Amino acid sequence: MTLEALAFWVVSIVLVGSALAVVLTKNLFHAVLWLALALTGTAGIFLLLEAEFLAAVQLLLYAGGVITIAVFAIVVTERLVGERLSQTNRNVAGGAIVAAAVAAVLVSVLRGGGLPIVRPPMADDATAAIGEGVLTRYVLPFELLALLMLAALIAAIYFARPDE
Amino acid sequence: MGLQAYLTLAALLFCIGLFGVITRRNTIGILLGIELMLNSVNINLVAFSRFGGEVTGMIFTVFTICMTVSEAALGLAIAILLFRVRRTASADQLDLLKG
Repeated sequence: MTLEALAFWVVSIVLVGSALAVVLTKNLFHAVLWLALALTGTAGIFLLLEAEFLAAVQLLLYAGGVITIAVFAIVVTERLVGERLSQTNRNVAGGAIVAAAVAAVLVSVLRGGGLPIVRPPMADDATAAIGEGVLTRYVLPFELLALLMLAALIAAIYFARPDE
Repeated sequence: MGLQAYLTLAALLFCIGLFGVITRRNTIGILLGIELMLNSVNINLVAFSRFGGEVTGMIFTVFTICMTVSEAALGLAIAILLFRVRRTASADQLDLLKG
């Protein structure tokens, strides 16, 4: 077993385990912490795929930003300690059946084969290529993205405004 | 590890997130499930990009990550707003549109 395969299996087990903890744990605050671990594990997968820049973006934006916002939302809507934080699942059997069916379909399609095993060599430094692409060929979607984030910012401030 | 291993991992994560979205009662819990699903899509994009030898998929991932963060910020803002108006975070009690 190569080092890469070993790292892949370790990160995979951490990812699947923490993802299961996110959807199964009773304490909502603990679920957010497990999500942080899952998002960090995803950054590890990005590193294995030689996308260092995306791993950094994943850690800063996702694991940093989303977790902070989620903790804020919990603090505002629940008490951090106490029984109100506990949450229950419903339709567990139905949800498990649907999720298992989707997983079975996806895995059976993936097992069909025809997928590459060997990675072609990347052109050069992926980070430089991403930066160049964002500012040349994909500059219009990049600017639209800035507009989207501005709209999201204004909308979040609008929603969170105090009652007049 | 081949492309198939990465795609299978992403598919499993997607289904776990789907399970969370279906079964959670708390609105924030549902949003956490959606985050898991979107996250697995990002793994797919990066894996396809790497095994295709093209950087385009990674650029697309930058876009999806930014959109996901916007979605999370707005979703949680709506959850906070709903709690302020209806005093509940449980999706079962948010049934204004129920006929």
